[in-house]
Amino acid sequence: MNRINKVLNKKREILSIYFTAGFPDLSDTTSIIKSLDNCGVDMIEIGLPFSDPLADGPTIQESSTKALKNGMTTKKLFEQLKGLRKETNIPLIIMGYFNPIMQYGVESFCKDCELAGIDGLIIPDLPVEIYNNNYKTIFEKYNLLNMFLITPQTSDKRIRFIDEISSGFIYMVSSFSITGSVNSFKKEQTKYFERINKMNLSSPLIIGFGISNKQTYLDAIKNSNGAIIGSAFIKHLKKYGVGKVSDFINKIRN
Amino acid sequence: MKNSYNVDKNGFYGDFGGAFIPEMMHANIEELKSKYLKISSEISFKKEFDDLLEKYVGRPTPLYYAKRLSKKYNTKVYLKREDLCHTGAHKINNTIGQILLAKKLGKTRIIAETGAGQHGVATATVCALMGIKCIIYMGEVDISRQAPNVARMKMLGAEVKPAISGSKTLKDATNEAIRDWINNPVDTHYIIGSVVGPHPYPDMVARFQSVIGNEVKKQLKKVEGNENPNYVIACVGGGSNAAGIFYPYLDNEKVKIICVEAAGKGINSGESAATSVLGKEGIIHGSKTLLMQTQDGQITEPYSISAGLDYPGVGPMHANLYKSGRGKFISIEDKDAMEWGLILSRMEGIIPAIETSHAFAVLDKMKFKKTDVIVFNCSGRGDKDLDTYIEYFKL
Repeated sequence: MNRINKVLNKKREILSIYFTAGFPDLSDTTSIIKSLDNCGVDMIEIGLPFSDPLADGPTIQESSTKALKNGMTTKKLFEQLKGLRKETNIPLIIMGYFNPIMQYGVESFCKDCELAGIDGLIIPDLPVEIYNNNYKTIFEKYNLLNMFLITPQTSDKRIRFIDEISSGFIYMVSSFSITGSVNSFKKEQTKYFERINKMNLSSPLIIGFGISNKQTYLDAIKNSNGAIIGSAFIKHLKKYGVGKVSDFINKIRN
Repeated sequence: MKNSYNVDKNGFYGDFGGAFIPEMMHANIEELKSKYLKISSEISFKKEFDDLLEKYVGRPTPLYYAKRLSKKYNTKVYLKREDLCHTGAHKINNTIGQILLAKKLGKTRIIAETGAGQHGVATATVCALMGIKCIIYMGEVDISRQAPNVARMKMLGAEVKPAISGSKTLKDATNEAIRDWINNPVDTHYIIGSVVGPHPYPDMVARFQSVIGNEVKKQLKKVEGNENPNYVIACVGGGSNAAGIFYPYLDNEKVKIICVEAAGKGINSGESAATSVLGKEGIIHGSKTLLMQTQDGQITEPYSISAGLDYPGVGPMHANLYKSGRGKFISIEDKDAMEWGLILSRMEGIIPAIETSHAFAVLDKMKFKKTDVIVFNCSGRGDKDLDTYIEYFKL
């Protein structure tokens, strides 16, 4: 069974952490993954940096720009991940934009993901329909789950469709906002969480975007199977470096 | 069925186009897709659009026979005078159309991206006209090099927000505008300024700009007795003025289509915006098209002396014109474009925008017959570029 599904089956209150590969330093990728695993994080999203990440906020864009300046490339990332699976069993997801994947070749990319021990992908600008028509069989061939996003504006009908073709979790965007823009959840957001929960979807839900501290994490896991933190973790890395990863996780969890 | 160079029902031009957008934009794009054709074909919409184009923009713009140029090049040269539109370029045809559409959709807030500031000014203008709140995203670098247009937008009541991410130019302003839309999906309409972005934008903008080509047909019929020229020529950055003048001729292969790109300091100089030569297929701003990028798929920063041609991609319609061979692409270097700014000024008394100057330089690059009828899109006037002209020619 795919590592992502295993974690989803076993527990709620899942904590998934996003970081940008190649940031703060080019060679930090594997030590960040190992530290996160050691402090009990359940799942990791590795951000493949892109020059124009239009679904992300300024923090992730800035870390991506820095990572690219540091020399991060798709090929480099796969090289860094080589051998990592001997040391950790944590579910690994690559989150990246479609253009770099297209240039690498979708099939080559998926193949190298499987070789590196990647369990799933999140590609915000690859729409559900295009994935379903053109790429689903390739992803499945290499045992990669593809996670889709839903937002407060996504219609019930579309959510049902997404639920039907999802094999991992549904990434529930907490609000209208791009990553890293809010400090606490508002009433409308809670209402939206409730609406989705009433739909009794077959896929587990993980809430992302705008989760920055213990309070928003607790709010999120009340309404879902787990939460994803990105920008807040990147800010922490920028300020304190890779040595202090556990401080951040402990503040969220304890 | 005959091959068409226009958009298909799925939003593609051949292999190019589509809507590669994050889910956060899906509802808005879907709304536009399901309504833009219906709304823009309503009689009341058409009447208001045509009325504003006539009385506010100053249409139809003249089709001017350039006597001295024709004589010098021993052919027939016509200029479609979009430089005479209100605000100084063709950009306003599209912003009038989109503001009317935004009103019908019940939107109360307008956002737009701008590079040189022409589209920003055209958007600020129609927002003032309609009394709608207007926010323009502009790269920090462009804000400092296009001060007069920033001032014009502010005078018109728009808020100009600097894009401080990435390379701080047009592509980053576009990213910021998209982010704004993602954060404000309910009350906001995003007026894209060119035939770029996710479907239905390229088609919607091309339709609003098609007034240019449709007028050319009528005007040419009157003076030449034939609505078809031998050539239509336009500069291409994102490609909206070109799409507008090509539109009625796309599937009429008797009319040759010439797209003029900015070669900057030379195609192989590392400072160029010649997307057809330097670009590869990929995805930019939600559209599959030709774009300049690294081998690893990172979008690179183009260069041209004209800020309006300084875009790393090209609209999907043009990518298909290139790939299919329907359009011929020529790239013109800064120095030739600047030279043509002077030539047109001195031979015809028209100071063109530097973008537009690129198109005319084709006269030195191609051989035309004496009987050929050539229509150039004289897309914008050069007032905004005076500082660049002054510095370049030490005027």
